[in-house]
Amino acid sequence: MECVFGLVGNDFAVVAADTSAVHSILVHKSNEDKIMVLDSHKLIAASGESGDRVQFTEYIQKNVALYQFRNGIPLTTAAAANFTRGELATALRKNPYSVNILLAGYDKETGPSLYYIDYIATLHKVDKGAFGYGSYFSLAMMDRHFHSGMTVKEAIDLVDKCIMEIRSRLVVAPPNFVIKIVDKDGAREYAWRESVKDAAVA
Amino acid sequence: MSIFEYNGSALVAMVGKNCFAIASDRRLGVQLQTIATDFQRISKIHDRLFLGLSGLATDAQTLYQRLVFRHKLYQLREERDMKPETFANLVSAILYEKRFGPYFCQPVIAGLGDDDKPFICTMDSIGAKELAKDFVVAGTASESLYGACESMFKEDMEPEELFETVSQALLSSVDRDCLSGWGGHVYVVTPTEVKERLLKGRMD
Repeated sequence: MECVFGLVGNDFAVVAADTSAVHSILVHKSNEDKIMVLDSHKLIAASGESGDRVQFTEYIQKNVALYQFRNGIPLTTAAAANFTRGELATALRKNPYSVNILLAGYDKETGPSLYYIDYIATLHKVDKGAFGYGSYFSLAMMDRHFHSGMTVKEAIDLVDKCIMEIRSRLVVAPPNFVIKIVDKDGAREYAWRESVKDAAVA
Repeated sequence: MSIFEYNGSALVAMVGKNCFAIASDRRLGVQLQTIATDFQRISKIHDRLFLGLSGLATDAQTLYQRLVFRHKLYQLREERDMKPETFANLVSAILYEKRFGPYFCQPVIAGLGDDDKPFICTMDSIGAKELAKDFVVAGTASESLYGACESMFKEDMEPEELFETVSQALLSSVDRDCLSGWGGHVYVVTPTEVKERLLKGRMD
């Protein structure tokens, strides 16, 4: 089952997601990147049906880019989150997307932020959030060890603790995770945590 | 589990002497899991009118945005704030518009009308208004709230006593409901000021 979680530190936000692409009992690939870089200072970590996930996040990414082209300035994280919620809410009673989203971003004026957006378009600004079966373990770990104003080292330690917990306690635990971080220097990949490497194509 | 119980909520509004109080719990959950303990269920429409929305959180957010939009348009056209009775009619009409595909929300409206007379009402998800002279309740803890309010309510309470009554009624009711709680948010509104207070109850 897909695991996505994230938290806010003192001047950064970090999100982690598993990297398995699964259909029923088959694992298609175990290096699928589910955290999209929305723009220079925003990350969107999505979990849910793979078609909807890619389609919806790309749609949001292109619209966020369009706003920047039209207006010359980028959207704030709050604005991007509300736009995303609006799209999910409009589609909810017509053609719903089954995508859960954690939107992490950094704004110069307001600092780092993390938004929890449900598949039924429930929006809430949070300090720590998680989706999927993994959330039962990662939220509990974060409730225990999180405090506001964590450093990058402390936050990555906590992320690793959550990944260890998921790996050891979830029956269909995904083997690999990707961790991405966003701070004043931008959104970027931080690390992979792999316990199974895909065989190289001959 | 019913769709109204998906997120969990508790709302109560009570009338006092030339004042009213509106209170909510702070939990946002997804069925059995708690997502946040600082969720705002009560929003200010204008200085003398407050709206609380219980039920499905996504519909509460959508409905709130639509109602703020309609009220802002009203303010531009009429150059004044909406009366609580008028706003209640607006909410009722907007809910009934979606009669065969409703918003899964139960609103609680509380405001000060003409001559600073307090007005409270609630309605079901398709806009059936329920006016009351004493108190109205909504949410997953509504049955407990009815009992608590009925026994604790007195006519013509002053703002301080009203705050105590509403707080005790809210906290004791959400303690019997697993889907709501994690503290409380109470607004006590008089003609001169709005006092917003947070309650610390059983944090579970």
